[in-house]
Amino acid sequence: MSVIDQPVIATPRHGALGTSPTRPDGVEKVQGTYAFSSDISADGSLFGVTLRSPHPYARILSIDLSAAWKVDGVQAIVTADDVPGQLTYGLISQDQPVFASDLVRYVGEPIAALAADDPEAARRGIEAIEVKYEVLTPLLDADEAINGKKDPIHPDGNVIRHQRIVHGDAAATGEVIIEGTYEIGMQDQAFLGLEAAIAFPDSGGKGIELHVATQWLHEDRHQIAACLGFDEENVRLVLGGVGGAFGAREDISLQVHCCLLALRVSRPVRMAYSRGESFLGHVHRHPASIWMRHHATADGEIVKIDSKMVFDGGAYASTSSAVLINAITLAQGPYRCPNAVIDGWAVRTNHLPCGAMRGFGAVQACFAYESQMDKLAVACGIDPFDIRLRNAMTTGDTLITGQPVLNVAPVEECLRATSALPLPDEPVGGFLLSDGSQDVMKLPGGAGRTADMGDVVRGIGWGVSIKNLMYSEAFDDYATARCRLVDGPDGVHVHLKFATSEVGQGFVTLAPQIARTVLGIDAVEIDPIDTQVGSAGSTSASRQTWMSGGAVNKACEAVRDQVFEQVAASNGWDAAVLLIDGTDIVDPTSGSRLDAAGACLGLNIDETVEYRHPPTTEIDEDGQGDPHTAFAFVAHRAVVDVDPDLGLIKVVQIATAQDVGRALNPLSVIGQIEGGIAQGLGLAVMEEIVQVDGVIRNGNFTDYLLPTFLDMPPVLATLIEQPDPLAPLGAKGVGEPPCISSTPAVVAAIRDALVQAGVDAPLDRVPVRPADICL
Amino acid sequence: MNEIFTLHVNGEAREVRDSWLGENLLDVLRDRLGLMGAKGACEQGECGSCSVLIDDELVCSCLVMAASATGQAITTVEGVAPAGAPSDVQQAFVDAGAVQCGFCTPGLIMAVHDLLDRTPEPGDTEIREELAGNVCRCTGYGRIIDAVQQVAVARRSASDALGAST
Repeated sequence: MSVIDQPVIATPRHGALGTSPTRPDGVEKVQGTYAFSSDISADGSLFGVTLRSPHPYARILSIDLSAAWKVDGVQAIVTADDVPGQLTYGLISQDQPVFASDLVRYVGEPIAALAADDPEAARRGIEAIEVKYEVLTPLLDADEAINGKKDPIHPDGNVIRHQRIVHGDAAATGEVIIEGTYEIGMQDQAFLGLEAAIAFPDSGGKGIELHVATQWLHEDRHQIAACLGFDEENVRLVLGGVGGAFGAREDISLQVHCCLLALRVSRPVRMAYSRGESFLGHVHRHPASIWMRHHATADGEIVKIDSKMVFDGGAYASTSSAVLINAITLAQGPYRCPNAVIDGWAVRTNHLPCGAMRGFGAVQACFAYESQMDKLAVACGIDPFDIRLRNAMTTGDTLITGQPVLNVAPVEECLRATSALPLPDEPVGGFLLSDGSQDVMKLPGGAGRTADMGDVVRGIGWGVSIKNLMYSEAFDDYATARCRLVDGPDGVHVHLKFATSEVGQGFVTLAPQIARTVLGIDAVEIDPIDTQVGSAGSTSASRQTWMSGGAVNKACEAVRDQVFEQVAASNGWDAAVLLIDGTDIVDPTSGSRLDAAGACLGLNIDETVEYRHPPTTEIDEDGQGDPHTAFAFVAHRAVVDVDPDLGLIKVVQIATAQDVGRALNPLSVIGQIEGGIAQGLGLAVMEEIVQVDGVIRNGNFTDYLLPTFLDMPPVLATLIEQPDPLAPLGAKGVGEPPCISSTPAVVAAIRDALVQAGVDAPLDRVPVRPADICL
Repeated sequence: MNEIFTLHVNGEAREVRDSWLGENLLDVLRDRLGLMGAKGACEQGECGSCSVLIDDELVCSCLVMAASATGQAITTVEGVAPAGAPSDVQQAFVDAGAVQCGFCTPGLIMAVHDLLDRTPEPGDTEIREELAGNVCRCTGYGRIIDAVQQVAVARRSASDALGAST
């Protein structure tokens, strides 16, 4: 036994929690060798493509495959007739057909899939399939889905979910009443790595292995197995490299099609969507219409909220019902609100299906309630910052569902810390260049050189939000992790195994940090991410740091406790008092230290655990209950230069302070904050899927605008670190909050500029288009 | 109509045998030559994920007909640095937190090398303008700008040190 006499390390060693080690996949990603799901191929593999509906609503009269079979290189064609198991799938209700057979309900709905020797042959084959339709009148107005005047477009009906919230005194009124109707456009997740997968059928056709970019391997497996008619153990999923997700990979897209084709030809089949197909092939952020009325006291304290919210879920349910519940239960925002009457509908139309996108319902509600807070500020003659401070929620306050907020709730701290960040020192249009000329890139319109300096006005706007973390409404939400000690030639390595989808967020960086901290061993390896271990749940709902982080932490602790038992036994120590300090095991009684990695040699401990958060409840017919697990908060302040004549804007700066609990990897947290704000800015001023008569008009990156380097301003960020005692590592999820209130903050800044310019434009719809400002 | 032609990629002559003549350079690099570093994300030159250099000019390989690039020097992300030994730009991306999902990264690596070779000390606006053809959906660009600035500073110090020692 070696006794090392050194002082207790005060700051965490590099690679442990609280530091920012580099990504283990970083070098592969910068060198272009990281295998994304679209990079995986196999000898003898065929290429699969999908036939999609051109109509938003039509009856399929016939499908004629004969010409397609004659195309050179076509090896397999599958339609609804070839689905051996369940004919439909879906995350919450299984209402979406694998292939449409009687009705098509949106433009882009899959009707058949075909595999051929190469992509060109596959495309020619698809073009040769003849489908005869009876075109029907589509249901495109969400209100008509509610009022019952239209026949159901689906056996499950046109209302996916209706939920009411009645809280406190429904008849309460305030001295000040303001109201508005707000609209949120349909946003696309627009991950860069398009949908792609490769399926390897087992010889004999009794099983299959699918390598796919997804957010939740086990849920995919569950749905795939049902449609294939296989037991789940005969469907193995392996995570293909994921090029971003943001909610768009929570639902099934090409998974079942790819497996069906591979099983049909007994050969590997790969599929890869184009950008145009991707816009049709995954769910989007719900467009929503929200009417909201606030009652407040004369000095601006919220008395009651009335609201009606309508979410257009498109043709199939996906997660619409959960999105709706987030929106209505978080309608008060991060503010105290004693009374509320809210009605929410998620409805079915013949638009593109909608489901998960970063923020998940909280985004739509936030644009409404934050727009209302600014109106309330004006009505009460109070500064927008002060009215938010006056109503700021804190720990112990209750939601309009009656649920107490038990987490740390530093709303006031977020507001004050954001306010303390400096405003931009650059004047409107930026500093003059060294030759005294104007830097046009700093003006609204940028390289278009259209803004006249004299017309540009600068505005400042606020946005603050609340987000529920993890799954809600009594869902059995858990994550699994395995930790084992493996002897190697250079000492003990910790191996971690989990099915947690790494989508770019950096769980593969965080998990080893947890192991290093708990076990005191620096060599940590991550085993392949697949279904050979229990479910991790989805990489969504800002949940993996808490859930899979909690599971890895618990698995490592289970291993550590056994290490302590063995070390204590061989040294005559008391296992109960042993500690990990840096890379040492310490016996505080004797002051003795052991190198942890050395002490673990030969132990070969192997533990698999599940982590669950405390249960949540369903809500009753009045929307009362404890549906949520935990909450995170954030404040945003946007500075925007606006040319009111041309309707052009330039976002100059966004400042934010975010409630993160504890920053386990500060650099990754900043990455989530900046990336989320970019998506919030996108929704505020440029991103929208435009559908006309149910047909998408901008399903490509030329016409669907994404924020570029020039659109994104510098972000100033303060992390509010108040470790949450309810979180396994003290850390809250940080992924969603940045994109929730950044949107209304940007819009509020534009409104502020317009008020200064004397322009009356309500800007009650996002994205704000130039015409909304100047016409 | 298939014809054999030769591309000069990362200093090597590579014969392209099974391509059709109109095929774009991105697909030829990936599907014919097995160079998977360049990524396809939009197929219309909007996102920059497929960026490569042709005779030291930054292009979207999805917009270039492969057969038109015969006789020109093509550099892909695989040719920027030896395997396992990242370039200064690549290492800075890793260190600065400029990589999340990494799908845009190879294209950005090409664009940043190109930018810094032409403009060793770019200002903030210059960086933003020069890289505006490369879309990143994860990072919000802040850490990428940080990485670019780190490389510019490091190269400047290295060249100053070299100047001082000679």
